[in-house]
Amino acid sequence: MNHAPFVAAQALPDATSPAPPLKISARNLNFWYDKFHAVKDIHLDIPEKHVTALIGPSGCGKSTLLRVFNRIYALYPKLEAKGEVLLDGENILDPAYPMNRLRSKVGMVFQKPVPFPMTIFENVAYGIRHHERLNKADMDTRVEQALRQAALWDEVKDKLKDSGLSLSGGQQQRLCIARAVALKPDVLLLDEPTSALDPISTSRIEQLVEELKQDFTIMIVTHNMQQAARVSDYTAFMYMGDLIEHGATGQIFSNPVKQQTEDYITGRFG
Amino acid sequence: MSTLSISLYQRRRIINALAITLACAAALFGLLFLGWILWTLLAKGITHFNLALLTQDQPPPMEAGGLRNAIIGSVLMCGMGVLVGAPLGIAAGTWLAEVGGHSRLGTVVRFVNDILMSAPSIVLGLFVYAAFVMNTGGKFSAIAGALSLAFIVLPVVVRTTDEMLRLVPIQMREAALSLGVPQWKVTMQVLYRSALPGIVTGILLALARIAGETAPLLFTAFGNEFFSLKITGAMSAVPLVMYKFAGSGFENWEHLAWAGALLITLFVLAISLIARFLLLRNRASHD
Repeated sequence: MNHAPFVAAQALPDATSPAPPLKISARNLNFWYDKFHAVKDIHLDIPEKHVTALIGPSGCGKSTLLRVFNRIYALYPKLEAKGEVLLDGENILDPAYPMNRLRSKVGMVFQKPVPFPMTIFENVAYGIRHHERLNKADMDTRVEQALRQAALWDEVKDKLKDSGLSLSGGQQQRLCIARAVALKPDVLLLDEPTSALDPISTSRIEQLVEELKQDFTIMIVTHNMQQAARVSDYTAFMYMGDLIEHGATGQIFSNPVKQQTEDYITGRFG
Repeated sequence: MSTLSISLYQRRRIINALAITLACAAALFGLLFLGWILWTLLAKGITHFNLALLTQDQPPPMEAGGLRNAIIGSVLMCGMGVLVGAPLGIAAGTWLAEVGGHSRLGTVVRFVNDILMSAPSIVLGLFVYAAFVMNTGGKFSAIAGALSLAFIVLPVVVRTTDEMLRLVPIQMREAALSLGVPQWKVTMQVLYRSALPGIVTGILLALARIAGETAPLLFTAFGNEFFSLKITGAMSAVPLVMYKFAGSGFENWEHLAWAGALLITLFVLAISLIARFLLLRNRASHD
């Protein structure tokens, strides 16, 4: 399989500006579920403080790929990633790379909103407590800051002591985003973050992604191609474990290089 | 409608009415016996269900008295049984759900636990008799009684802890782990909190079960006619006194046995209600 060309520079909004610096680079990345080869020798560059969408039909390996970037797959036996994933130039797949550091630099939000069975405040403070010792005032500030970043502060500022489970689905998902950004990570991985939400909540989250990319490098897996087109700067199309094409979102959706990409985005398969 | 479909419709209506009648009759039949049992308990137990039941010890035949020594014995032994069985059960259930449940050893442990759960309680009593009482000079004791009750609590708590932890959505584990929190902390601080109502329910149901157990106490705690707080000595329990009194032929003893039966039934009923309430609340918060 030829490696997909990364055509960021030619399709940036302003073609004269230099390509943004890279945050993550996957090199010869392979992934196996026991004997099933789910991700096949992928090269992928993720530019800093931009949104990269991973699209492709179910089972193409896009979620698997996302789950490599914070090594959450390591929770399960018989799963194996080989190759390199460079985060700021360091290989996170190296067993010597400290998990604690990786997880504080790379946050993740999942498909189903899962607030912890604690108060709204504690949900956000929980991760911070593990990594830092803060006094009460500093913690209050950090929690407020995270909830503001997740566009949830105005809705919950008077009920921080309520259970996180008392919120609506869309609010719960924003709480999960607040929980992730509270650690001040560099990268946010969003795994189909709106697939369990209604259209209004979905558009809130999409707006939020737009705002969050000022501060974070974002990767989003989505089944919804309109969503990829709306929120992302770059899009990577995967099929059967291969990275077929990767480039600026405008180019992928208006002028894809590969026939398979065109077939997928025009709905001919997938 | 054609004649055919009208007759079809009529037939379905008749079958429907028949099925509903049969189902209701079956339910009523079951409820009838439950009602009968409760009514008999209430009618026979209520006469001696008074303050003396709690404040006086068990009397000799033909004299007035209560069940204080037996009630205290039951509370002590059930309490110790839960204190020993529940923490062990939670630990083992956590191991099954979070660590070793998918390994071969985990499968074996689950299987053995299910066997222990369905073991007749008298076998557990005999085991404690052989393994503990006989090895401590053949001395009956409240500790031995509590131990055999703990063997009943243990498998129930293992099973509920295992099941309740596995009910916690996998994404909650992943979300907590992806904050960089180590697994043991995730289990202690997030998963237990989510599974707590279910685990407490399991413990309560186990407590309800041992409160009425007689067989495991026969060769272990043995029973004691007198008030005793000495856990290294023989001790009374409400089911043991009921066992001795119910068929004794002495009128006052039989009355006390009924009062004891009513007391245990009310206790079990209260615990079941609390357990049910906790489970309902848990379900509401998971939806």
